[in-house]
Amino acid sequence: MVSAMLAAQESVIATPGAIGQIIWLVPFLPFLAFFVILFFGKRFPDRGHALSIGAIGVGLALSLVAFIELAGGRASVEKSWTWFELGDGGLLLEFGMTLDFLTAVMFVVVCAISLLVQVYSTGYMHDDSRYTWFYAVISLFTSSMLFLVIANNLMQMFVGWEGVGVCSYFLIGHFWEETPNSSAAIKAFITTRIGDVGFLFGIFALVAIAGTFNIGELNHLAEEGEIGGTALTVAALLLFLGAVGKSAQFPLHVWLPDAMAGPTPVSALIHAATMVVAGIYLVARMFLLFEHAGAALDIVAIVAAITMLIAAVLALVQDDIKKVLAYSTISQLGYMMAALGVGAYTAAIFHLFTHAFFKALLFLGAGSLIHAVHSNNMSDMGGLRKYMPHTFRTFIIGSLALAGIFPFAGFFSKDEIVGEALRATSEGTQATAAFVLVAAVVTAFLTALYMTRACVKTFWGHYRGEGHPHESPGSMVTPLWVLAIGTMTVGFLGFPIIGPFNDWIFVPGEEHPGFSTTYNIILPVASVGIALLAGYIGWQIFRKDRWHVDVLGGPFAWSYRFVANKYYLDDLYLKGVVRPVQYTLARAAYWFNNHVLDAVVNGTATGTIAGSRFTYTVIDQHVVDFAVNGAAGLTGWSGGMLRYAQSGNVQRYAAVLFAAIAAFVGVLAFT
Amino acid sequence: MPVSFFLVLAALLFSIGVYGVLARQHAVLVLLSIELMLNAVNINLVAFAAMFQQFGVQGQVFALFIIAVAAAEVGVGLAIVILIYRNRQSVDIDEMSLMKW
Repeated sequence: MVSAMLAAQESVIATPGAIGQIIWLVPFLPFLAFFVILFFGKRFPDRGHALSIGAIGVGLALSLVAFIELAGGRASVEKSWTWFELGDGGLLLEFGMTLDFLTAVMFVVVCAISLLVQVYSTGYMHDDSRYTWFYAVISLFTSSMLFLVIANNLMQMFVGWEGVGVCSYFLIGHFWEETPNSSAAIKAFITTRIGDVGFLFGIFALVAIAGTFNIGELNHLAEEGEIGGTALTVAALLLFLGAVGKSAQFPLHVWLPDAMAGPTPVSALIHAATMVVAGIYLVARMFLLFEHAGAALDIVAIVAAITMLIAAVLALVQDDIKKVLAYSTISQLGYMMAALGVGAYTAAIFHLFTHAFFKALLFLGAGSLIHAVHSNNMSDMGGLRKYMPHTFRTFIIGSLALAGIFPFAGFFSKDEIVGEALRATSEGTQATAAFVLVAAVVTAFLTALYMTRACVKTFWGHYRGEGHPHESPGSMVTPLWVLAIGTMTVGFLGFPIIGPFNDWIFVPGEEHPGFSTTYNIILPVASVGIALLAGYIGWQIFRKDRWHVDVLGGPFAWSYRFVANKYYLDDLYLKGVVRPVQYTLARAAYWFNNHVLDAVVNGTATGTIAGSRFTYTVIDQHVVDFAVNGAAGLTGWSGGMLRYAQSGNVQRYAAVLFAAIAAFVGVLAFT
Repeated sequence: MPVSFFLVLAALLFSIGVYGVLARQHAVLVLLSIELMLNAVNINLVAFAAMFQQFGVQGQVFALFIIAVAAAEVGVGLAIVILIYRNRQSVDIDEMSLMKW
């Protein structure tokens, strides 16, 4: 569609396979599905889910083919068409696509998780009154996310970026009948919007200093040193502000826990596996630029390290199981961002890849639990391992992966990040790397602790809720097992030294190894040891109630309150930003509305009435009617006069005829 | 003889015909007056044909056509007059003024 509209000025950089020609179908098909479902979905017997699932299924197949072709040595593809040009020979806005390993990995993740979540939702959302709308928006979201990933320039990426933002808003507020849910949607939308403004200004800054939107060119210019200095640092930090908003990094992380108001499959897809990693993806795509942008990468690392720590602490005190997972997601996003910050590009993308599987698994498992007990709170659960064996087993697999236990996926990726941070302490910015390393180790400990707590409160002990919980239907359990198998296997793609992930994802233009070629066996042993220790301590505290830890009273009660109130950040934002803006701005707007806008509107109305009255009494009644009646009267009068000539006397007609001829002849004769 | 003699004769005859058409009350006399006007035209045609003999006999032929057409015309006219008489027992042309407002 679009390629036909645009001028066919394409530049093929490498020889693409057939898949390079049709890879644009992957984002396009869900986009098409969105419109069809939106307009005709309710007429389908299945209320629209088959079309959505079919579109993403084809997308997944194409993505896998593209991935396999790339793995088989096919060159990456970049294509672009001119969209429009600003000024004569000036700034070029392009519409393009990039297909390389980073794109392919993201495509596989997005399509696979989206497909599983949509299958799962046929069970989870079955009784929902806005089922068709749900599938329409899921399709639009998937399309926007893929569009963001395939973009070869920042402007196009921004379009997809905003697209996923608005879909996130729709889906968080899906159950908008309850006020907290719609408030959560607005909070998420506005908080991420703060980051988006930074992103947009970052794009402007980069265009101002480099004169192009193209990601490859920007990276190249930064690498060659054509652009640099403070301007580049500022531009990179503005881009990072966008990533902070979207990927829920400190201090804009506050929207993600509230976003759990949306349906659980949405939390799994958007707020765990795909949309929130858009920020990671952005920094990874612009990695060369960040690397050459002065202190930018160090700031990324520090912000991310703070994020992972505070979020992991917050996850310890939540009762809502989805919020535990939400804070865990923030913490793991911090892991990825921190990995980028210390230069561990490959490890960051690998963690993104594995995290998508086990976190989607955990969220879908939590959805299965919520579906059974009709409550988000772990205080209403307990003892569920007897009632829900499949959910129990898959959830435990996900928890072990998140805690980083061998041989589950999280072990390999987390281990790489810790290893890279350790390596960075001896080269590069050592203080930053050391901070990241300490934060990563402490977070790994906390992660195992809060996951132990969540599992104990959910699956052990006595059932504390109402009714009789039972295992979820097959449409929900099947995706759980698929993801569980994924969680157990994908980690081996990044097996130290021999894992193929190393050859796929590395900083473009730099000679890899992405991972260390030498491997220190002490590191994984130590990290698994830390996780197991945390698990043991957690088991003793939360299951055996040893040491009688009392967080509500005692000398550390203040710290519990501090954490339970989310460090008072929400209050700070509410009292410091939202309320002042709301009250002063709202009041000013109200005054403006009553005094200025209303005066204009009323004045316009009064003027219109006066004008109408004048038109009626003067123009219509006098001018127009006079003309119409006058024409009719004149015709009647002249007809009355002329009828006297119609005497019926033939000889009189003949006399007129001859007189006329005589006059005519006379005129001819005498002139 | 100069051609003007014939033309004057034709003009007189035409004028008499016009007078008859406009002034006579009897329908048959009006038809007769029309014949006078047609024959005045015939005189003109024949006179000019005799004057310009190098162009052949076109004028005489035309006069013959007019005589034939006039015969047909007067036949139709007399038939109408007879029908009017049967309906109204009168052929006074002043009374035939029904086709008016």
